[in-house]
Amino acid sequence: MKRIVILGGGVAGTLTANYLVPKIRGEIRDGNVEVTLITDRPYQVYEPGFLYLIFNRLGEAELKRDIRELLDPAVNIVIDRATKIEAENNRVVTENGVYDYDYLVIATGARVVPEEIPGLKEGGHWFYNFEGAVRLREALAKFTGGKVVVSVMGVPHKCPVAPMEVSFILHDFLKRRNLRDKSEILYTYPINKIFTMDPVVEMIQPMFDERGIQYKTFFNPLEVDAKNKKIITLEGEEESYDLLIAIPPHRGAKVVEDSGLGDKGGWVPTDRYTLKVEGYENMYALGDATNLPVSKAGSVAHFQAEVVAENLAAEIEGIEPTAMFNGKAFCFIETGWEEATYIWFDYYTPPQPVMPSKFVHFVKMAYNKAYWLTARGLL
Amino acid sequence: MEDVKADRVIDARGSYCPGPLMELIKAIKEEDVGKVIEVWSSDESSAKDIPEWVKKAGHELIGVFEADGYWRIVVKKTK
Repeated sequence: MKRIVILGGGVAGTLTANYLVPKIRGEIRDGNVEVTLITDRPYQVYEPGFLYLIFNRLGEAELKRDIRELLDPAVNIVIDRATKIEAENNRVVTENGVYDYDYLVIATGARVVPEEIPGLKEGGHWFYNFEGAVRLREALAKFTGGKVVVSVMGVPHKCPVAPMEVSFILHDFLKRRNLRDKSEILYTYPINKIFTMDPVVEMIQPMFDERGIQYKTFFNPLEVDAKNKKIITLEGEEESYDLLIAIPPHRGAKVVEDSGLGDKGGWVPTDRYTLKVEGYENMYALGDATNLPVSKAGSVAHFQAEVVAENLAAEIEGIEPTAMFNGKAFCFIETGWEEATYIWFDYYTPPQPVMPSKFVHFVKMAYNKAYWLTARGLL
Repeated sequence: MEDVKADRVIDARGSYCPGPLMELIKAIKEEDVGKVIEVWSSDESSAKDIPEWVKKAGHELIGVFEADGYWRIVVKKTK
């Protein structure tokens, strides 16, 4: 019997399983193949929803689903924390067991490491995990005016456009609460422009200017002085704040690092087309876990899952795997409380944002509800 | 100057903007004052962006040298 182990229960792992199983259902039914998904938590979180949770527009219950509800019933679900991938022995060790595999899919995502910026945990907020988002929601609800700094403290990070989105929505949130004229918004970015992609910069920067959202580039925080509410940068600058919304540094999963499979950032070296882990014929990696020069975003994981599922099914059937990932990504960009644009791009096509509109925003709001159909492999 | 000996070489070839710059920034955080760091990048924009950052951050740009299909950007941490 062939064993396929998928490590990770986020969008990448779940979708890979749900796309794969229907392709090889007969083999599973006949006992020739077993698909096991290992995840360290019994539920999945719709992380893009954090952007709405902090402004109290979506609640916790809407952002969580039991993993069993999302996965095809033919998938074995193991709720356990993986501690080591023993690539040389083809097995995954968890806190409570050992799982041999013929094929492994690494879908372990990214994690935030606010501790890499001294003082950030004490002095800052973020919306890149549940705990942080809930805490930021409270801080925003109590905010009575002052200087808000939205600071990107490391690249890469999950959802590259989210820092711009949070700045735009914050602008409207403060306006709606009659606090905008008592407040400043400052957005900071580590490189010499406000975003990595020029076409996006060309659209967004004038929109920041129109709204009075200030920005600073080449801004790399070294530490946060929580007591005096200041950010100190590597470039020798200091910036004061009343509310700090940080995008903390990110790293790959601990299990990847502990298994010696990651690069310096803990990201898995992955072939940009085949999605095989470099140097391993029986291992695929996708989603935020990889070192690929593509956005760490759910849509990328979605498009990659289609490729990995197709290739795994081919390998099971004894066919040469030929599906290739072309770098495709799709991102909505909220540009206010009720307007949004979107970009799509791939390895060969640069992004071209469209004019922001209410329509695109409402499509995004609808997608926030419909996401669970995506996770089930239906949309 | 091209043969200056670096204390640390970062091979960021194959990584795209802003990868090489972010790797240099990480190295600057980690190294002691006076150390020489050399970044290898196959992304041409690094040859422009990295010197710009070095100037803003107040370190010393020793030089930008074109090698076989990539750029060597040599920086000294001065503070």
